[in-house]
Amino acid sequence: MDYQPLLLTFKLALVTTGCLVLVGVPLAALLAQTQSRFKPVAEALISLPLVLPPSVLGFYLLLAFSPNYRFGHMLETLLNLRLVFSFTGLVIASVIYSLPFMVQPVQRGLEALPASLQDASRTLGKTRNQTLFKVLLPNIKPALLTGIILTFAHTLGEFGLVLMIGGNIPGVTKVASIALYDEVEALNFKNAHLYAGILLVISFTILLAVYNLNKRLLKPHLTA
Amino acid sequence: MIKVSIRKKLLMAGGKQDLVIDAELPALSFGAIYGPSGAGKTSLLNILAGLMQPEQGIIEVNGQTWLNTHKKINLPVQKRSIGFVFQDFALFPNMTVKENLLYALPKNEPAGLIHELLSTINMTDMATHKPSTLSGGQKQRVALVRALIRKPQLLLLDEPLSALDNDMRLALQNELAAFHQRYHLTTLMVSHHLPEIYRLAGNIWHISQGQLLKTGTFAEVFGISQQQNKLTGIGEVVSIDEFNMEVLTESNIVTLPVGGSKKILKVGDKVTLHCDAAYMQWEKLS
Repeated sequence: MDYQPLLLTFKLALVTTGCLVLVGVPLAALLAQTQSRFKPVAEALISLPLVLPPSVLGFYLLLAFSPNYRFGHMLETLLNLRLVFSFTGLVIASVIYSLPFMVQPVQRGLEALPASLQDASRTLGKTRNQTLFKVLLPNIKPALLTGIILTFAHTLGEFGLVLMIGGNIPGVTKVASIALYDEVEALNFKNAHLYAGILLVISFTILLAVYNLNKRLLKPHLTA
Repeated sequence: MIKVSIRKKLLMAGGKQDLVIDAELPALSFGAIYGPSGAGKTSLLNILAGLMQPEQGIIEVNGQTWLNTHKKINLPVQKRSIGFVFQDFALFPNMTVKENLLYALPKNEPAGLIHELLSTINMTDMATHKPSTLSGGQKQRVALVRALIRKPQLLLLDEPLSALDNDMRLALQNELAAFHQRYHLTTLMVSHHLPEIYRLAGNIWHISQGQLLKTGTFAEVFGISQQQNKLTGIGEVVSIDEFNMEVLTESNIVTLPVGGSKKILKVGDKVTLHCDAAYMQWEKLS
C-alpha cells in the first residue's frame, strides 16, 4: 500500500487547521462582538459549506482559480501563482470548506461568556486585543479545542472538493479519500480496506477525544 | 466635583425611554444611585465608565472632560480614571486571585501593592485560589481591590453587595466605607437597599423611569426628619383595606390604622413610619 496519500491528507489537515486558527478565531471574535446588521449575511456565508454539496463549492473555486478566468489569470500574471491542481489551492479551498467548523464553536463560546468579563477588562485599561488573548480566549478553551479538532477531522474527510480542484496528482493532491476511490475503481479491495479502515479509526478517535475533552473542560471554573 | 449631563435613548422596563440625567457629585463624597429596577441606574453607571455612549452629553470629573458630544470629546474607557465593581464581580475565571490583581496592575506600579491590598482584605492565603473556589464575600473583596489597583479618581459600584447575605453585607459596607476614606475616592454606588444607602451615602440621586427625581442627602431625598425624639423607618405597603394597612419594614411587618389615607395609598407605595420616643420601649439584646 502507498502511504503517501495518508501523509498528504495529514499534511493538508494540519496546514488547514493552522490557517483556520489564524483566520477563524479573529473572525469569530469579530462576529461575537459586532452589532452590524450585516452580521446574519456574514454568518450565512460562513455556514454555507455545512449545507452545500462540496462539489458546488469546488466548481466555483475551480472557475475562480482557473487561469482561463479573470481572477485565476490575475493570480498567475501578478503573483505567478497557479492554484488549480496544486497543494496551495487545496489548502485555500479546505480553509473555506472548514471555516464554519472553526468559527461557529468559537463564536458561540465567546457569546456565552458574561459581558461583564470584557467590560471589566476594559475598565482595567486593557485594549481589545489584550482582552481577547488574556481574558476571553483562555476562558473558552473547550470551544477552541472543539474548533481545532473538528476542523482537522473535517479536512480528513474531504473528497468532492479535492476532486474538483485538486484532481488526482500523486504526492501533490492525491489524498487518502481519493486514493481509496482509485483502489475501489481498480477493484483493489485489500488496499481500499486499509485506507478506509485507517480513516475510520482516526476519525472515531478524534471525535472521541472531542467529547472527552468537552466533558472534562466544561465542568470547572465558568462561574466566577 | 463630578458633573454629569447626559441624554440617552434606552430600551427599559417600560419600553423605549430617554435617560435624562443632570447631576453633580462633590469630590471625595460617597454617592448612591437609587431607584426601581429598569430605571436606568446601571446604564448611567456604564455611561460614566464609557462602556455605553449617550447621544448627547457632558461628563466632567475633577475639572477634566471625559465626554463632550458638542466638542466631539469622548475619552475611551481605558483612559478614564475609574474603578468598576460589577454586580457579578466579573473576576476572570482563568486567573487566580493574585493573577486577577496582577492583570489590573499598571506597568510602572510595584507588585508589592498586590500583597498590601491582599493583606488589607485578609486574603493573602487565598492568593493562589481560582475565583470559583471563593465565597461571595471573598469575590466581592477581590473585585473591589482589583478595581482600586489603578488608583482611580472615581469608583463605580453596581449593586456590589446585592448577592450577599445580610451579615456579609454589613461587614462589607464597613469595608467599603473604610476604603472610600483611605484611598480618597469619589464613589458612586448603584443600590436599591435603603439601609445600605443610609449607612454609606451622603449624596443620593433618586432615579425613576430614566428621570432624576431628586438629589440630596438621605433626609432630603426621602423626606425623613432629623428630630431626636422620634423613631423613623421606611417601609412598603404590602396590603391595605378601609381600616388597616400592613407595612413591610426591614425587620418586620407592622399593622397600623390607615386613618384618612386610604385614598392616597396603594400597595407597593413606599412610606415612612414615625413613632414618638415617649411611646417606645427597649430591651437589651443578649
